[in-house]
Amino acid sequence: MNAGGVELRGVRAAYRGREVLHGIDLSIRSGERVALIGPNGAGKSTLLRCVTGTAPDRRGEVLVGGTPVSALSREAMARRVAVVPQQATVPFATSVEQLVALGRIPHEHPFLGLRDADRLAVARAIERVGLVHLVGRDARELSQGERQLALLAMAVAQDAACLLLDEPTVHLDLRHQVATMELLAELNERDGVTVVAVLHDVALAAHFFPRLVVLDGGRIAADGGPETALAPDLVRRVFGVDPGLVARAATVPFALAAARPALTVATGVSRPPSTPLGPLS
Amino acid sequence: MVATPRTLPAISPAAREAAALLARSRTRAVALGIAGVAVLLVVLVAGVGLGEVVIRPADTVAILAHRLLGWPVARTWSAADETIVLQLRLPRVLSAIAVGASLALAGTALQGLLRNPLADPYVLGTASGAALGAALGVLIPVRALILGFGLLQGLAFAGALGAVTVVYRLSRTGQLSTMTGVLLTGYAVSSLLAAGLAITMWLSGDNLRQIFFFLLGGFDGVAWPQLAAALPAMLLGGALLLTRGRALNGLLLGEETAVHLGLDVRRERIVLLAAASLVTAASVAIAGLIGFVGLVVPHVVRLVVGPDGRSVLPLSAIWGGAFLAACDLVARIPGDIPVGVVTALLGAPFFLWILRRSRSGYEL
Repeated sequence: MNAGGVELRGVRAAYRGREVLHGIDLSIRSGERVALIGPNGAGKSTLLRCVTGTAPDRRGEVLVGGTPVSALSREAMARRVAVVPQQATVPFATSVEQLVALGRIPHEHPFLGLRDADRLAVARAIERVGLVHLVGRDARELSQGERQLALLAMAVAQDAACLLLDEPTVHLDLRHQVATMELLAELNERDGVTVVAVLHDVALAAHFFPRLVVLDGGRIAADGGPETALAPDLVRRVFGVDPGLVARAATVPFALAAARPALTVATGVSRPPSTPLGPLS
Repeated sequence: MVATPRTLPAISPAAREAAALLARSRTRAVALGIAGVAVLLVVLVAGVGLGEVVIRPADTVAILAHRLLGWPVARTWSAADETIVLQLRLPRVLSAIAVGASLALAGTALQGLLRNPLADPYVLGTASGAALGAALGVLIPVRALILGFGLLQGLAFAGALGAVTVVYRLSRTGQLSTMTGVLLTGYAVSSLLAAGLAITMWLSGDNLRQIFFFLLGGFDGVAWPQLAAALPAMLLGGALLLTRGRALNGLLLGEETAVHLGLDVRRERIVLLAAASLVTAASVAIAGLIGFVGLVVPHVVRLVVGPDGRSVLPLSAIWGGAFLAACDLVARIPGDIPVGVVTALLGAPFFLWILRRSRSGYEL
C-alpha cells in the first residue's frame, strides 16, 4: 500500500515570475521519515507547498499516494496529507480539545459535524501526543511548546497517511524540540505515518531522521543518510559553515527502540529526554 | 486513511474526558438553542401585546394562533385589538427579530472570516455606504414609494452593497495578506464615505433630523411591505451563512490551514462576504444603523458553547433576534427612543459582566 507516498517529477515553482524550484525529482515511499534541510531561500517551504498543492505557480507532476494532486479534491487531499499549521493563534477562546477537533474537518459529517467516532479520534490524538493533562485548557494560555504539541495532535487527529511539517521546532526550547522529534519518530515507526519535515537545525535532523534531502538554490544537492547528506565538503559548500559543527550529530542516529525499550503510550513532554544531547547543548 | 493496519491502543479515561467535553459542549449548544427559542417566543408575545394599548398575553397568543396558524380559537378579543396585533405590532416585532438575527449572523461570519473579534457587520463599509445612500435619499426630492420603500431605503441598501463591492475590488490588488487588506481597505473607504456623509448632512438643512434618525436606527413605522421587501434577501443570505459553520471552523487557524483541512477558501471567502453584506444591507434598509447586536451576540454565544461555527451561527441568529426584539420593546415603552441606544445600554453592561465572570479570562 502506498497511501502516504509522495512523488515529485520535474517540479518547478515560481513566485512573482522568479523561479525558486528548478525541476525537482523526489520520491518518498509510504512510511518514510524525511527531513528537508538547506539554507534560507533554498525552496524547502515551497517544495512542501507543491506537495499540498498550494504553491501558486507550479509545473511538473506531484503524486500523493500514487494519485496526481491535481486530480484530488481539497477534501480528499486533506484526508491523505495533514499539515501541521505554522499559524498558532486563534481569535476566540478555544479549548485544547476543540483545537484538536479541527483536524476532523475533512472527516466529519457535512451538516452534523463531529460524531462519536470523530470525538474518539480526538481523544486518541490527544493521548498520542501526550496532552491529556491539558484537556479543557484554553489553547491561548498554553506555552509555545504545548501549543506546538496541540497543533501536532490536530494533525494526528486528521488521520492522514502523510504528515508535513514546516519548521515544527522553530520557537521551541530544547526539551520541546526533542519531545517533538521523538513524537514524529514514534508516529512514523509505530503508526507507519510518512513524515516529511522542513528543519533548520541540521544536527536535530541528522539525529532523528534516517533520510535527509538537502536543497540548495532550488535544486536537490544531496539525498541520503546523514553520512551522504552531511558530507563535509557538502556542508561547507551548501551551508557555508565548518562541517565539524554538524559532524558529531550525524554519527549518532536516533533509534526509537534503543531510546525507549519499554514503549508505553506517549506521555509527551512530561517524560525525561531519553537520548544523549551532547552535540546539541 | 491509514498507511498500515494498526491496533488502536485503548484510550485512557483521562483522554476520554476530551471526547466527553466535546460532546458536552454540543449538549450545551442544544440547550442554549431551546432556551433561545423559548425566549424568542416570550419576546414575540410580549412585543405584540405590550404598548399603549395592552393586550392580554392569552388574547395575543389566541390572535396569533387564530390568524396565522388557522387554529379554531373562540373569539374573545375586539377587532381593534386584532388590528393592533396584526397590522401594527407584529410586522414591527418580526422585523426586529429578522434584523437582529441578520446582524448577529453577519457579525459571526465576519469575525470568523477576518479572524478579528472586533469585527461587526459594518466593518467593511456597509454602515458608511448605507448612511451616505440614505442621506442622499433624503436630499433628492423624489418621494415615490415602491413596496413601502422610499428612495432612502433603496439608496441605503444600494450604498451598503456598493461600499462592500468597492472595498473588495480595491483590496484585491493589494500586496498585503488578503483579509488584512480587506480590513484596511474597508477602513479607508469608510472614512471617505463618512466625509461624503458629513458634506451631505451639512447641505441637508431642515432634513438633518431625518438623516439623524436613520443613523440612530429603529423600527418606528416599519410595516408589512418593508419587511416583505427585505425578507427575501435576509432569508437567502441567512440560509447561506447558516451552512458556513464548517468554513468558520476551518478558518480559526487562518486561511492556509483552512486549505489544508480541505476547504475551498476562495469560494468560502466570497460566499461569507457576499451573504454577510446582503443581510446587513437588507437590515440597514429596514431599520437604519443599529450597533452592538452584531458585535456582542456572537461573543456571548461563544462564551457559552465555544468557537464551533456549527453552534455559534444558529445560536447567534436565535439570540440576536430575541435580543433586538426585546430591545425594541424596551425602546418603545417610554415613547420610541432610538433602539440603538437601548442595545448599547442593555448590551454593554451585560457583556462587561460576562467578560468579568468568565473563568477562562476571555480576551478580545
